[in-house]
Amino acid sequence: MKLSEKAEEILEALWIATEEEGENAAHFQTLGVGPGDDGLCELDRLAYIDIRGERVYLRQEGREEAKMTVRRHRLAERLMMDVLDIKGASGDAKACEFEHLLHQGVDTKICTLLNHPTTCPHGKPIPPGKCCLEAQARGEAGVVPLTEVNAGQQGEIAYLSVTDPKKMQKLMSLGVLPGNQLRLARTFPAYVFTVGNSEFAIDEDLAREIFIRKI
Amino acid sequence: MAAVDKGNETPRIVLVGSPNVGKSSLFNELTGTYTTVSNYPGTSVEISRGHCDIAGIRYEVLDTPGMYSLMPISEEEKVARDILLNETPHVVIHVIDARNVERMLPMTLQLVEAGLPMMLVINIMDEAERLGIRIDFPALRERLGIPVIAAATARRRGLQEIRQAIGNQDFDIGTPFSYSPDLEDDIREISSCFHGKYRLSRRSLALLLLQKDQHIQELVSDGEAQLAEPLMECVKKVAFARRSDLHLHISLERKRITRNLLSGALTQEEGRKPSLSDRLSSLTMNPWTGFPFLLATLYFGLYKFVGGFGAGTVVDFLESTLFESYLIPWLIDLGDRFLPWYWLHELLVGEYGIFTLAIRYAVAIVLPIVGTFFLAFSIIEDTGYFPRLAMLVDRIFKNIGLNGRAVIPLVLGFGCDTMATIVTRTLETVRERIIATVLLALAIPCSAQLGVILGLLSSVPGALAVWTLSMVLVFLLIGLLAARLVPGEQPMFYMEIPPLRMPQLRNVITKTLTRMQWYFVEIFPLFIIASVLLWAGKLSGALSWVVKGMEPVMTMLGLPSQAAAAFIFGFFRRDFGAAGLYDMQTSGLLTPVQLTVAAVTLTLFVPCVAQFLVMNKERGWKVSFGIFIFVTLLAFAVGWLLNKVLLFTAVLS
Ligand SMILES: [Zn+2]
Ligand SMILES: [Zn+2]
Repeated sequence: MKLSEKAEEILEALWIATEEEGENAAHFQTLGVGPGDDGLCELDRLAYIDIRGERVYLRQEGREEAKMTVRRHRLAERLMMDVLDIKGASGDAKACEFEHLLHQGVDTKICTLLNHPTTCPHGKPIPPGKCCLEAQARGEAGVVPLTEVNAGQQGEIAYLSVTDPKKMQKLMSLGVLPGNQLRLARTFPAYVFTVGNSEFAIDEDLAREIFIRKI
Repeated sequence: MAAVDKGNETPRIVLVGSPNVGKSSLFNELTGTYTTVSNYPGTSVEISRGHCDIAGIRYEVLDTPGMYSLMPISEEEKVARDILLNETPHVVIHVIDARNVERMLPMTLQLVEAGLPMMLVINIMDEAERLGIRIDFPALRERLGIPVIAAATARRRGLQEIRQAIGNQDFDIGTPFSYSPDLEDDIREISSCFHGKYRLSRRSLALLLLQKDQHIQELVSDGEAQLAEPLMECVKKVAFARRSDLHLHISLERKRITRNLLSGALTQEEGRKPSLSDRLSSLTMNPWTGFPFLLATLYFGLYKFVGGFGAGTVVDFLESTLFESYLIPWLIDLGDRFLPWYWLHELLVGEYGIFTLAIRYAVAIVLPIVGTFFLAFSIIEDTGYFPRLAMLVDRIFKNIGLNGRAVIPLVLGFGCDTMATIVTRTLETVRERIIATVLLALAIPCSAQLGVILGLLSSVPGALAVWTLSMVLVFLLIGLLAARLVPGEQPMFYMEIPPLRMPQLRNVITKTLTRMQWYFVEIFPLFIIASVLLWAGKLSGALSWVVKGMEPVMTMLGLPSQAAAAFIFGFFRRDFGAAGLYDMQTSGLLTPVQLTVAAVTLTLFVPCVAQFLVMNKERGWKVSFGIFIFVTLLAFAVGWLLNKVLLFTAVLS
């Protein structure tokens, strides 16, 4: 059955607190709820959570659902940023609204469209869905931003998603053109790669706008 | 020889190409020593001009700023293209890097397309051969339809052929290459609307118009006069039909043509082992090894060589031995004997005399320090280390509102803040230029000042540490604040990383001498002016009034009132001020706390006259006055605070 939006928000915050920040439970305050909250009651009824005093524990039964809520939120963030080009605070706000619509296979479609991304724009991990694991098993090359390529890997430049025409022109005149082979040497403190016999360094923002077909 | 016979004007040779392809070294080889560097009219971009004689004909040679394509982005590229738009060349020599022929040939195509008389010089052949690159020159010559010459100008290879080609050739205009049929249709449609006469071909102008090149739009509007309307309509129609992918489409077409041109004519051996330089390069870019490497470079390059050798050994010899023991006493003696007029005696050999202060200072103290700094800087620059440093610090610099590229002007600031302020031009956004200017004015001491301060503080244990810590804190604090307060777009970092190589003696010497020459022409007169002003101030009594006026400020900082003079000197030359403190220190007038407070305040305190004038020129008077007032207030505020902290914690007592 489908959870209410409020319940999804709580579950998401609870997952982040317990799975990613290493708490064993989350306080009402962290979740932004009061004791008689509708969403909280809903989750309690489904036995997804335990409430002891003012602290909420995530039960084994609720883990899968919580993980998927977080996944949907971060996929929505990626969609806003990479495809719709809505960045910053307004992108975050839109993602929060949008995530609740990504049910019944819509998340899978979007995940595939985005090429099974592994991190959100803030760098947090996106829990893999069934589609991601299947794609991985098939060994699909896939087109990924340069930020998802590992140092030492090689690929072909698939396309540039640069919006600023000046930036685009700059990259093109440096030989960063679709169809050219690119070899990534470093990812930190900046992205260093070779195209042809030239080496370039760019920052993460620019690296996110160059898409690579991995070989 | 159409171009040569035109009137009695000297035929022109124009060198074009991207940065780091050895264009300047070709220019120097062609022109020898007789070159002039001047600003291109209406811009701050510098252009070198020189002459060369080939087979009895005198040619003028123009070296243009680096340019990546015929469609400019930066001011430098715009100037380079303006030269192509305005000058009638005998030949345009496109210089490219043999290691990156595939990347650079698209611009050759654009130049051929523009209908310019062309010659292609494929430079840096020596290094390309080491990479296993083989180029079939006859094939390339035939396919391109223009002279193509192999060269390694740094090793003087190919120069004879280039001179010969300039002398022999009546340069034909090459035939442009065809793009895909749809693009050709569009070009034809637009070209047919032209009526005016232009230096560049209609084909080339049509493509630039399609890519919305604003400058060309204006040029064509003027050239077509009332007929401009239908042409622009036509351009708009085509541009709309193609919308977003046009740029990329054109680039990809040029890439396709380049591949065809090079197929079979350029080969590269596969599986080359990484060389020593590659391994060293990756060490400099890895933060774990890169930062220790940076510290070592600073220690040996700056501290040992500039601080120890330049500011120590050489200054000691010139200042203490040559000037103090021989020249100055001799000059004063001459003055005493032949200059009965007090004012003239004072002006030439008095306390602030032109000989005793300005020239002694410029030659014996500043010249060795700045000279050794420029030498070290030029050596490091020639190895190609700076782009690696920029990449290493980019993340840190983003926090202070700059990108890694800014590391070059900031490092240069340690040599001369005035020159560094000019170099901030190379930063892309106004925001970055302002932030870098503020940091240079405030927290980067120039080498002359640094030398004096190091000497001054090393006698008091702990003082140097307090001074360094204060500078770093102020630098970071102001950087962090500026990143939040100065409006404008976020900086973006991209940089080509040239191969690491052994510095070449000739390059290093040329760069060092050019910088020192600049320094002397720009700064030396200011030394004289400063000494004249101080002299006038002393004789008229104005100086003592200003010193009196500053006494309350000195009291506030806990300093003796004589220190005021050092601060006033500091405005004329940053290191003058520090030297003023030096005298007070040797006379035992300063406690350790006072010395440290004075040194910190003085380092932060206003930029010197030269730097202030350059700030005015580069950033406008509003910004520079704002910076001036801000820096002054901040310097005294930090001094006041430091005095309280040091007295309270009793660190240096
Ligand atoms: Zn996120
Ligand atoms: Zn997936």
